[in-house]
Amino acid sequence: MTEQTPEQSARLAQLQRVWANLPGIGTLAAVNHTSIGLRFMITGAVFFLIGGVLAMLVRTQLALPEQDILSPEIYNQVFTMHGTVMMFLFAIPILEGFAIYMIPKMIGARDLVFPRISSLGYYCYLFGGLIILSSLVLGIAPDAGWFMYTPLSGQEYSPGPGSDFWLLGITFVEISAMAAGIELTVSILRSRANGMSLTRMPLFCWYILAMSLMIVFGFPPLILASVLLEIERAAGLPFFEVAGGGDPVLWQHLFWLFGHPEVYIIFLPAAAIVSTLIPVFAQRPIVGYRWIVLSIILTGFISFGLWVHHMFTVGIPHLAQAFFSVASMLVAVPTAIQVFAWLATLWSGRVIYSLPMLWIIGFLVVFVCGGLTGVMLALVPFNWQVHDTHFVVAHLHYVVVGGMFFPLMAGLYYWLPLFSGRQPSQRLGRLGFWLTFTGFNVTFLLMHLTGLLGMPRRIYTYEAGLGWDWLNLLSSVGGFIMAAGIAVIIVDVALHLRFGRPTPRNPWKADTLEWSLDTPPPPYNFASLPPVRTRHPLHEHPDLQTSIAAGEHGLPSAEHGRREIYGSDAVTARVREIIHLPTNSWLPLLAALSLAVVCVSLLVRVYEVALLGVVGAAVFLLRWSWVNGAHPQMAPLTEDEPVNPPLHSRTCDGPGLWGMVVTLMANGALYLSLLFGWFYLWTVAPNWSPPDSQAMSLWLVLASGIFLTLATFRHHRIARRLAAGGATGLHRRLWQTAVLGAIHVAVLIGAVSDASLAPTDNAHDAVLLVMCLYLLFHGALCTVLTAMQAMRAARGYVSVRLPYEPQVLRLLWLYTLGVFWLSAAAFLLLPPAWSGA
Amino acid sequence: MLAGTPLGLTGCAGPFSTLHPAGPSAATAAMLWWGMFVLFSLVFVAVCGLWLYAMFRSPSIRDEAQEKHIHRRWIIGGGLVLPLACIVVLLAFGIPAGHSMLPLPPDEGEALEVHVTARQWHWDVHYPDGDISLSNEVHIPAGRPVDVHVTSVDVIHSFWVPRLGGKLDAIPGRTNVLRLQADAPGSYRGQCAEFCGTGHAHMHFTVIAHDPEDFDAWRTEAAGND
Repeated sequence: MTEQTPEQSARLAQLQRVWANLPGIGTLAAVNHTSIGLRFMITGAVFFLIGGVLAMLVRTQLALPEQDILSPEIYNQVFTMHGTVMMFLFAIPILEGFAIYMIPKMIGARDLVFPRISSLGYYCYLFGGLIILSSLVLGIAPDAGWFMYTPLSGQEYSPGPGSDFWLLGITFVEISAMAAGIELTVSILRSRANGMSLTRMPLFCWYILAMSLMIVFGFPPLILASVLLEIERAAGLPFFEVAGGGDPVLWQHLFWLFGHPEVYIIFLPAAAIVSTLIPVFAQRPIVGYRWIVLSIILTGFISFGLWVHHMFTVGIPHLAQAFFSVASMLVAVPTAIQVFAWLATLWSGRVIYSLPMLWIIGFLVVFVCGGLTGVMLALVPFNWQVHDTHFVVAHLHYVVVGGMFFPLMAGLYYWLPLFSGRQPSQRLGRLGFWLTFTGFNVTFLLMHLTGLLGMPRRIYTYEAGLGWDWLNLLSSVGGFIMAAGIAVIIVDVALHLRFGRPTPRNPWKADTLEWSLDTPPPPYNFASLPPVRTRHPLHEHPDLQTSIAAGEHGLPSAEHGRREIYGSDAVTARVREIIHLPTNSWLPLLAALSLAVVCVSLLVRVYEVALLGVVGAAVFLLRWSWVNGAHPQMAPLTEDEPVNPPLHSRTCDGPGLWGMVVTLMANGALYLSLLFGWFYLWTVAPNWSPPDSQAMSLWLVLASGIFLTLATFRHHRIARRLAAGGATGLHRRLWQTAVLGAIHVAVLIGAVSDASLAPTDNAHDAVLLVMCLYLLFHGALCTVLTAMQAMRAARGYVSVRLPYEPQVLRLLWLYTLGVFWLSAAAFLLLPPAWSGA
Repeated sequence: MLAGTPLGLTGCAGPFSTLHPAGPSAATAAMLWWGMFVLFSLVFVAVCGLWLYAMFRSPSIRDEAQEKHIHRRWIIGGGLVLPLACIVVLLAFGIPAGHSMLPLPPDEGEALEVHVTARQWHWDVHYPDGDISLSNEVHIPAGRPVDVHVTSVDVIHSFWVPRLGGKLDAIPGRTNVLRLQADAPGSYRGQCAEFCGTGHAHMHFTVIAHDPEDFDAWRTEAAGND
């Protein structure tokens, strides 16, 4: 940034004005990915320290045999919260935050495509985290383990509010994971720099794309399980209770159906860091780009097929155990491919030895060890011995600390100059690494042996003389060495903000677009959006930094006052439209606050207030969806609209449509989990007792379904005609559709209240009721949104020139129709047909 | 890689040690452990050694085709052949090992049936043959297979006698069968391995293996006392 023409600085000042956060308290309305990403990461770091303190308490208690520093009641809270905080409030969110910060900068965009969703996600994470932590302060924290196995976590054996804090708080936090998963997927697919085709995309983005899709499919089972368990606790519907026809093992299936992909959800972004750093420090392009992409995709698929390896001691049929055992071992293959692709890159590169590389070496040593013990654990006859012992504690820490924390630290030291424009101290950095690395291995290497000598997990104390004493003492010493290492890193990072030596741009001579930015990056990232013709833009076009700043590329001006990025083709990344993005907004904060009210009032079981919160959240979210498209606060129609490319709300395809598709995939995963629960209980639960006669009136369900079918096809035709340029009677037709939808909902309500369900006595009726509520919610949502479309058509926000929104809504209608008939078949037609046959 | 070696076998003793087996199941699992430990230590040293060598060597200049060949060799050799070979070896030993632990009908005689019901926080032991009930104590004959039928009346527990064999969960509503056998008379300690609440750490029990004759005598006496 040497010489700027006055015209250039005026343009930059304008971009700054359009993209900046509001001043003062207004910063809470920020939606910008740089701000939100940093907030995520800082919040995650604070939660990490809290989780770390809990770990120190555990190690203090276990340092010597027969200690009573912590009572079993407190110890159970401490280890439960350690696992919960580290997994749900640190590992996942900090990586999401990191991806939210980094992805637009790497794909040459100015923001993610759903900025308000970033903000909503952050506040849900923050409030959910605070709610969960408040239970610790109050001494009523969850104490049934981070895995919350029923019946221990159920009302009978955990009557206090601890389990509710977990179930409600974690579900609240998961909104942020879902939000990040959806918006990262769509952003990576639809807003890459012009010409950055999938094959030119940095590997980092492939990893984050896979992670995001895994979140989309992996979290719904947990969300469903948490909701069901909370309903069981609060209202007595026996989903997991044997006496009522439920099964506690269903919880384990749903939990690990999430829980195992989750391990890869945190490993993939960490591997993304490794794959980004290694070619930079080896000074050559990564070897085996295609192999790595293939192994990322393989990891994503295989990781959904091995959850049962957490349940080998449950008494699963042996054939199933063999299948999941082999699948668990096979996941080593894609990991090995990556390890050896990295090795080959180092092999033929000239490696620069630096602090980030030190952490990468630490990662390799620790992670390979964890991976190998993981293959051991997949061997069922060995697993029966060491399952639920400290061997597993050691293994999982090798995998998650090695596979996540070490790369994260490598990434921290690598990107610090980008965050702050300064370099940390080499000496402190090395000290921090060696303390952490040594402390970690002293703690956990020995713990493998502790486990083999028979020490189970989650015991608050142990007798002397079992052979565990010295091992535990050394593990505790190691734990404190590791804590010292982390303290050094914190000091280093804190000091560097003030005393760090300023760095030039792109200090590591990297090839990816984020290093073309000023440090710290401006809120609009790129002064103009560069085209990308290669996998290594900064290497092959070293002048890119100057030409971007000079406004020589796309969308250099913001005279219209809109926040704009390019929308591009998912595969080729040809620019297709201009995506106009929302600016600072208070709605995400207000919606998250309403949801926090719902969460807290469900916790204290004041349901009237919870209802109020739901209404509040609905109002804010509907308002949010109202301020879209051609709304005056967004992108009203004007005379001189850009036409080539056009604004996305003037087309029939945009990020919202893709967002709807990805959301429906997540929703479908939730639905399939519920269907899985239904079939699982039906076939496996010991006391499953379906009613003798049909539970619901088939005629009423049929009638309701006919109205839904009519409404869906009507909306489908409206959307199609609009896309083809026909808008006669648009307003009236939309209202008619909404009325049909309302009749569908009314008849379905009639069918449910007419049925003689006994959901508190019988798991059959309980699951049926949940399914009906699911269908009712979808029918009502479609109806309300269609009515809103009708109102928008009346105001001119939906028209021939603005055909976009009905296209998005069309997919929701089709989904609702699909799940309705599928449910009718699975719940009402299949059981009698089955027993008849 | 793992901490076992320098300790020697003395460090592996202990009342709960899986590395100090006293029955066929536990012995098989311990053998699997030592086998995997040796194999994977070699893999670990090889992979990390190669990495460090790759980092610090100075690359010779080669043409592109040659380089591509080397890369492919690393990825296919290390990424495909190595893990698949390890998996095949593991399964070759692991599948028969796992099979030998199952509660299948024994070659001769039949297994003794013991019913264990877990509850917070102790173990009710019942012998259907002779109608004997005990608490936190399981008597078995040495040298004869025993089928422990495990269930729970409250939360999930897990029945584990490390020196005799693997663990099996005690789950309300279902009964799992665990095959155990003690080679020699003696007392073997067991504990709950699934977190089950505040009493989890102290949910211990003992398995006492008798000579077959002593066991019959014990059973007659215990049945008489009832």
